[in-house]
Amino acid sequence: MTSTVERPVSAPPAASRRRFVSKAPLRAGAGLAAAAVLLFAVAPVALSDFRLSLLAKYLCFAMVAVGIGLAWGRGGLLTLGQGVFFGLGGYAMAMHMKLADAGPGQMPDFMLLYGQLDALPWWWAPFRSPYFALPATVLLPMLVAFLLGSLVFRRRVRGAYFAILSQALAAALAIFLIGQQGTTGGTNGLTDFQGFFGYDLDDPVNQRMVYFIVAGSLLALLLIARQLIKSRYGELLVAVRDSEERVRFLGYNPANVKLVAYVVAAGMAGLAGALFVPAVGIINPALIGIVPSIEFVIGVAVGGRATLLGPVIGAVAVAWARTTLSEEFPAAWTYLQGLLFVLVVAFLPGGLASVYRLLKERRHGRA
Amino acid sequence: MTVIVSQLFTGVSIGAVLLLIALGLSLTFGQMGVINMAHGEFIMAGAYTVYVLQKVITGAGWSLLIALPIAFAVAGAMGVLLEFLLIRRLYARPLDTLLVTWGVSLILQQAARDIFGAPNVQTRAPDALTGNIRITDDLVLSNNRLFILALAALAVVALTVVLRFTSLGRRIRAVVQNRDLAAVSGIPTGRVDRLTFFIGSGLAGVAGVALTLLGPIGPTMGTNVIIDAFLVVVAGGIGHLKGSVIVAFALGTLQSLIEYSTTVSVAKVLVFVAIVAFLQWRPQGLFTLRTRSMA
Repeated sequence: MTSTVERPVSAPPAASRRRFVSKAPLRAGAGLAAAAVLLFAVAPVALSDFRLSLLAKYLCFAMVAVGIGLAWGRGGLLTLGQGVFFGLGGYAMAMHMKLADAGPGQMPDFMLLYGQLDALPWWWAPFRSPYFALPATVLLPMLVAFLLGSLVFRRRVRGAYFAILSQALAAALAIFLIGQQGTTGGTNGLTDFQGFFGYDLDDPVNQRMVYFIVAGSLLALLLIARQLIKSRYGELLVAVRDSEERVRFLGYNPANVKLVAYVVAAGMAGLAGALFVPAVGIINPALIGIVPSIEFVIGVAVGGRATLLGPVIGAVAVAWARTTLSEEFPAAWTYLQGLLFVLVVAFLPGGLASVYRLLKERRHGRA
Repeated sequence: MTVIVSQLFTGVSIGAVLLLIALGLSLTFGQMGVINMAHGEFIMAGAYTVYVLQKVITGAGWSLLIALPIAFAVAGAMGVLLEFLLIRRLYARPLDTLLVTWGVSLILQQAARDIFGAPNVQTRAPDALTGNIRITDDLVLSNNRLFILALAALAVVALTVVLRFTSLGRRIRAVVQNRDLAAVSGIPTGRVDRLTFFIGSGLAGVAGVALTLLGPIGPTMGTNVIIDAFLVVVAGGIGHLKGSVIVAFALGTLQSLIEYSTTVSVAKVLVFVAIVAFLQWRPQGLFTLRTRSMA
């Protein structure tokens, strides 16, 4: 955050402040509490171990969705490359787990298998230390987002141009990882993890522990997003989305406002990727390229892009529908996914969150 | 020396493919400010047109020549349908249009899978295009790449003539420069939009025909080539053909030279870095229309 953003402005009275922001996120306190009860009390009791670990996977996607909701829903930054940050976090965690599995001084099994290398590549080495790897899962994506964002936003590259660039980054990273078979596992990615910081991942009890870590992290991210949305910064972000020039004329620098949202969203995606690895047991280029990156967005659109909980609900619902439908009817699922993009984005841009309001308006004859 | 020349030729021919794809894309992007993610699937439609035609017409040479106008019409018709049904309803929301057209592209890909099967299919190239031209012993230019180069040049010339010398072209330029002023001057902007979309999408179909000469065709062939074409449009700027032409050939050459000295995967990353660096210098692309709107 820079001084431009924090420059003191005479505080408008509370009543008029409310007008700039929809009230939905302020009411989300109750929704957050309900989500906490569902995640921590209901789901662990009601679901089998298998279902619970599936839910952990969906919640990882939901964490990415929280960030997209902030950047796209609130800030108007259509980022089609969140898979990049998801992947950076995931690979950082996976590299550490691979090295921990291998033991001190040893190389990961897949490197020995491909047999192209005599020694550990230099950029793998720091990930042996958990004190480097764990912060890196979040900070590395944030650094990449900061570099790209500060270059791009400063030069006022925006709208579709930004969307295309973020998508091209996802394509470039996926192709790069596939090409470096010997050091990144190529198409197979990194998988076959035995332990997670000393805990055996095959043990169902430890899988439950991973679920609770994921659920707790999701709640923490929601709280962060809620504070950001409610803050003066959150109002500025919406203002930049709706009229960037006016914000600039008021003396703010929109580039910095956007940069914060983009970097925070990247950090959230990085954490999601890092937790995805112990929860699901794999990270590979197919999870981070163009297609998965844009699929993160559809969940957000379905749930309601500009709300706090909408993206979470949408992401979980879409991921659940994918698992249920794509196993039995893969073709039908692709059609449905395409239709979701078309119908929701074109005709229900507010997502499911706006259905209630639309119905109410119709009943009052204001539609 | 010959290595460099032959790499340059490869680069130029990559650029020609990029240009064929990007021409239509930049036309529709310039006209309506929307990125059409289904453009790649219009390419696919053009490619499958060749495949279907070759079931009917056995001569590979004739089928390719006949396929060119038919692919143009097929892809163009799909484009008009898309514009009429969806895009014109989303005028004020260009980013949403991008997502909607992505949904359309998913549906079209799956439709291709259901109709033609998921595996890639092969088309036959005419004998005249399978050979090489030998300039020196080391420098060999393949006929199909020369053909694509000629096709791209033809497309650029034809589009330039249409834009510069016909009344339709004049209307298109007017709408691109100032939609409101064009509308009050009596130009039917809706009809111009649809015609622009027809031409732009039709060019995608022609690009699809060209791609059948370079490899197998399949349901996901569009996604594989479209990202580079997007980058051409972004870096070339809108409203001018020459931006797309220059950037397409520059990008193709750059890619081919980097690929020669490193690997394909490193080349992708470096090309991306080059584009971001380029946008620092020219954030609106190489050429851009001068307007009084704030940028």
